[in-house]
Amino acid sequence: MSLDQHPTVPGELISPSRVAPKDRGLHRTDLGRLLPYLRPYRARLIVMFAVALASLGATIAIPLFTKKVIDGPVAHQDVRGLWVLGLAALGLGVLEAALWMARRWLVQLASTGVENDLRKDLYARLQVLPMSFHGAWQSGQLLSRIMNDLSAMRRFIGFAAVLLILNLIQVIVVTGILLAMYWPLGIVVLISIVPVAAANLHYERQFTKASRAAQDQTGNVATTVEESALGLRVVKSFGREDYVYDRFDAQAVKLRDIQLRKVTIMSRFWTLLEVIPTAALVIVLAFGARAVALDQITLGTLVAFITFMLNLVWPIASLGFLLSMLQETMTASTRVVEIFDAPREIESTGAAEVTPAGRLELRDVGFRFPGTEQWALRHLNLTVEPGQTVALVGATGAGKSVLTSLIPRLYDVSEGAVLIDGVDVRTLPLSTVRRVVATAFEDPTLFSMSVRENLTLGRPEATETEIRRAIEVAQAGFVDDLPFGLDTRIGEQGMSLSGGQRQRLSLARAVLSDPRILVLDDTLSALDVHTEALVEAALRNVLHDVTGIVVAHRASTVLLADRVALLEGGTITHVGSHAELLATVPSYRFLLAADDELDPSLAHEECWETDEEKQAIAHAHATVGIPEDEERR
Amino acid sequence: MTATTQPPSTPTEATWRGKLQEDQPDTSVEKTAAPGQARALLWDLLRPHRATVAVLAVAVIAENVARLAVPRLVQIGVDDGVPPLRDRRDGSTLTWVIVALVVALLLQAGLRMFFLLRSGRVGQNVLLELRRRVFRHFGTLDVAFHDRYTSGRVVSRSTSDVEAIQEMLENGFDGLITAVLTLIGTAILLLTLDLKLGLVCLLSFPFLVLLSLWFRRESAAAYRQVREISALVIVQFVETMTGIKAVQAYRREPRNQQIFGELADRYQQINIRTMRLVAIFMPGVKLIGNLTTGVALLYGGYLAMRGEITIGVLTAFLLYLRMFFEPMQEITQFYNTFQSATSALEKLAVVLAERPAIADPATATALTQVRGEVAFEDVQFSYVEGRPVLPGLDLRIPAGQTVALVGTTGAGKTTIAKLMARFYDPQHGRVTLDGHDLRSLDQQDLRRHVVMVTQENFMFEGTVADNIRFGRPEATDEQVRAAAAAVGAAAFIEALPEGYATDVAKRGGRLSAGQRQLVAFARAFLADPDVLILDEATSSLDIPSERLVQRALRTILADRTAVIIAHRLSTVEIAHRVLVLEHGRVLEDGPPAELTSADGGRYAALHRAWVESLA
Ligand SMILES: Nc1ncnc2c1ncn2[C@@H]1O[C@H](COP(=O)(O)OP(=O)(O)O)[C@@H](O)[C@H]1O
Ligand SMILES: Nc1ncnc2c1ncn2[C@@H]1O[C@H](COP(=O)(O)OP(=O)(O)O)[C@@H](O)[C@H]1O
Ligand SMILES: [Mg+2]
Ligand SMILES: [Mg+2]
Repeated sequence: MSLDQHPTVPGELISPSRVAPKDRGLHRTDLGRLLPYLRPYRARLIVMFAVALASLGATIAIPLFTKKVIDGPVAHQDVRGLWVLGLAALGLGVLEAALWMARRWLVQLASTGVENDLRKDLYARLQVLPMSFHGAWQSGQLLSRIMNDLSAMRRFIGFAAVLLILNLIQVIVVTGILLAMYWPLGIVVLISIVPVAAANLHYERQFTKASRAAQDQTGNVATTVEESALGLRVVKSFGREDYVYDRFDAQAVKLRDIQLRKVTIMSRFWTLLEVIPTAALVIVLAFGARAVALDQITLGTLVAFITFMLNLVWPIASLGFLLSMLQETMTASTRVVEIFDAPREIESTGAAEVTPAGRLELRDVGFRFPGTEQWALRHLNLTVEPGQTVALVGATGAGKSVLTSLIPRLYDVSEGAVLIDGVDVRTLPLSTVRRVVATAFEDPTLFSMSVRENLTLGRPEATETEIRRAIEVAQAGFVDDLPFGLDTRIGEQGMSLSGGQRQRLSLARAVLSDPRILVLDDTLSALDVHTEALVEAALRNVLHDVTGIVVAHRASTVLLADRVALLEGGTITHVGSHAELLATVPSYRFLLAADDELDPSLAHEECWETDEEKQAIAHAHATVGIPEDEERR
Repeated sequence: MTATTQPPSTPTEATWRGKLQEDQPDTSVEKTAAPGQARALLWDLLRPHRATVAVLAVAVIAENVARLAVPRLVQIGVDDGVPPLRDRRDGSTLTWVIVALVVALLLQAGLRMFFLLRSGRVGQNVLLELRRRVFRHFGTLDVAFHDRYTSGRVVSRSTSDVEAIQEMLENGFDGLITAVLTLIGTAILLLTLDLKLGLVCLLSFPFLVLLSLWFRRESAAAYRQVREISALVIVQFVETMTGIKAVQAYRREPRNQQIFGELADRYQQINIRTMRLVAIFMPGVKLIGNLTTGVALLYGGYLAMRGEITIGVLTAFLLYLRMFFEPMQEITQFYNTFQSATSALEKLAVVLAERPAIADPATATALTQVRGEVAFEDVQFSYVEGRPVLPGLDLRIPAGQTVALVGTTGAGKTTIAKLMARFYDPQHGRVTLDGHDLRSLDQQDLRRHVVMVTQENFMFEGTVADNIRFGRPEATDEQVRAAAAAVGAAAFIEALPEGYATDVAKRGGRLSAGQRQLVAFARAFLADPDVLILDEATSSLDIPSERLVQRALRTILADRTAVIIAHRLSTVEIAHRVLVLEHGRVLEDGPPAELTSADGGRYAALHRAWVESLA
């Protein structure tokens, strides 16, 4: 629904949300800011409310009718009157039930619709929020928002909101009628409202705090569950089920304790609200009896008054849980709005859908992870012409992957600029940048979908021939041996693939998306030597036509590139051919010392192995090797 | 109760989801619940709280007596207290009534608070116990189960299903007990007040029962679907968030939005269906109540006219009738939450009834001194029936030997490793450690001695030190540092802003891929197992780091059994023995040097290719 109503603006990958900006008036509270989501259901809600009011009228009228029947026909032996009024009462009863049904029927679409629209918009929002957001937020917190908090809202809209308003109206109307019936007793009823309001004020703050804590803790529990589920195989490898269980248990116990705090608050609040109307009833009886005794009212009026007052018991008592639900919904809306309010950071600008030639330039690039002081990259310069390929070489943790993630704007540079064809990527539409750049990541992510869908991730319109070609380049012919070929579901919910197979699919995906700039982040690491050679041969043709960045640890991969850039200390220190760097740069030789790899025995006499390192290792072995008996407990 | 109701799939789903098994719905990984299984679980959870529940029942009965006494007392006050006061200025009856009312009120308040507090506590403790059981049980289930069930479902079961039950325990419970008691109490009062009139009113009962039976049947099916579809929504959501980098880099957002949108729409549709059922059920109950009241009014009015009952009795009767039907609404509301919770309970009961295919033996052989001799005796294994991965493997690895497994992707190397760690049991033959069949050992005990490091190298939330310590929680900081130093991870860890205390962030996102491998390696190293299995555990490292690891390996593997799976032959070369595998069969077996020089051998060819690749 949100997609049709909010067409994506050019350059945007996803439609914007409907959360109102924070301002005064109705939109002051977080719940208020979500009001625009009610708009599509406005008409329904108004009708529903009218129906609800009518049914309330029926609810109030029925006992009045009853009283009339008893006071009139029954008291005066009027059989015909009894039939007329009695049948009217029956009709009213049928009407009331019908109105109830209409109310519930009308609210269905509104309550689930608001939930659904919010869920979709929240998902959309989460999809465009930057990597820095996703790195910082616990996954369970997101999950609990999109499931729990939204269903709390649905329940509130579908059930509590109407009741809350109706019950308040009922309280007001009934009190008014009581005042009209006999005002001195009416005043007593009116005064009994005061403690209700006081109790609400008193408990509201406590309850809000507890419910926020409970909802947050629910997210923490979800996080632990998710982490344990995803890390299950590692947990099993180390036989650490007990440890993981203890971690979970601590969270679950904490959740229980917070919930108990809520229970304590609620038990007091609810009890108070349930007792107040009954207490008022007792007082009314006492005063009423006195009034009857003084002939100020008839006994009949007193009976009617008391009968009528019973109409207040339920509406007031129910305020307890209705107000609790309101509080919970407010908390939920705050938690949801937090996500809508998280900064996009990486905004899409510019509207022109151009297809650049693909000249890539990193100009004095500096990058810091949000919230850190250290520069991951600094003063980094690199230019790659279309058709050229640069191998990026650097030690583990040098910043190669960080660098590659700057090109498709998964992160934005902190200083300097990334330019494609001389244009700052930040001034291009995001969709253009990401269409032009394709990355095969070091950890190949496959989704639980068919092989085809996984491959065509970046280009749904790819033809069968193109898919075949990409599979060939990546040597991913194994897909044909899967039970249903390209239609086989893979990913977590499907067939499991080995690391090497996943990597090849990830490579095929990047190749298939037909980019101008192809980034391969250590994509061949899990391949066996034979396959690697085949992939490299095929890749050479692909790289010929694009701008290539190849992160490499091995000489064979480096040789795919025309030039090599050495990344050290967060910047590119040397650029040149493999042979040049090997000859002139000792640190490069150290990183790619191919000859030494041939003869592992040489490693021992390596000049780079300082005495310090030797000591560290000897020391390590001494410390870790603890006495047998202690270990074999 | 057992009928599977497969939710219809969405329009585009057929085009993206892909096939896994022919003619089998996705939900088939989950067995359907046996009748009564959910209720049995609920009773089982409540059993430890029997005493409290009994006390609560008494409290709630007392509370209801107090509450129901109120209108009765008011009636007495009006009928018997007011006339003497009016006619004779005699207020004694009224005073008595008011005193009784105040007592009833205080009783009601005290008991109500007590009840809410204690029943809330029972509810929360039951939930905690349920969460614990489910979590622990998922932990004991074998890897093959999890392969099938997948993490998304685990998450969905342990979060949203448990919460459906929470809703029942939080909101429904007290309402139900109160309501049922009110119902019974007023029914008795109605009958005693006037038998004839009371019996007429109770005629409404069969209709209520029929309506409830209808609702139960319909809503059970609907709520089962709610659970299934909400699991689909959760799975899609979790997967998107886990793979968000690929999603963004490949502009997958619009397509994802479409897919998620359809699932969310299905979720809305099924929610609407449940609400429709309620929208018929609750007004239906209301209708029956109103009709009964109307009939009572007519009939009661008729009786009153004939003088068979007093007007006071009629008034009271109609009052009680209202009280009789008002809790009906609560009961139906509870019944609804109960239905929703029941389908969640069913799902959980099925999971809890699932027996691990890999279970600990009743009497486990205790492992004390492990030498580390591993043997495969005619092991046959397949993941999917009819597609053998290991057609019959015989392999003996003497204690202390380092064996490298080489072979093309899919040859079965990882499978061998997993069988050694007993992630799976072979269908035929046996795997032994020091001559003990792995099936005769306690799993946790086994895995203290046999540790596997895979490419997965999962990082848990916490610090770097926490993650290294994962395999041996009692290790000192000193030992943690030493382990890191040994595998060459110390340098980068110390360069982190907070060193070993640096938070690795979600899934180790704070670290680079190679750094994660080093930490995983340090973790295995610190765990100090007797048998170490490394499955492509160094693929993301640069050459110097890898060399450092190899050197560490040479030292640490000196006195323990090791199986190394690697593509880089530099790592393979440190092994005593190389096995070349193809289709689960050992083609070549011997020391690397020997195989390298063997004419026409596969390993020799591999080695040549590798040497060329370095040039
Ligand atoms: N989210 C993050 N926050 C802070 N630092 C990070 C984050 N992710 C990675 N780093 C650090 O940035 C450096 C570069 O990482 P990366 O580019 O992944 O290395 P590599 O060159 O091995 O690909 C590493 O030292 C890593 O610890
Ligand atoms: N969980 C699984 N379910 C079904 N088949 C699997 C599973 N894991 C691996 N396989 C299949 O078993 C075979 C051997 O896989 P594996 O042992 O991972 O090979 P290797 O590690 O040598 O690459 C492959 O054909 C693979 O597709
Ligand atoms: Mg990297
Ligand atoms: Mg493998």
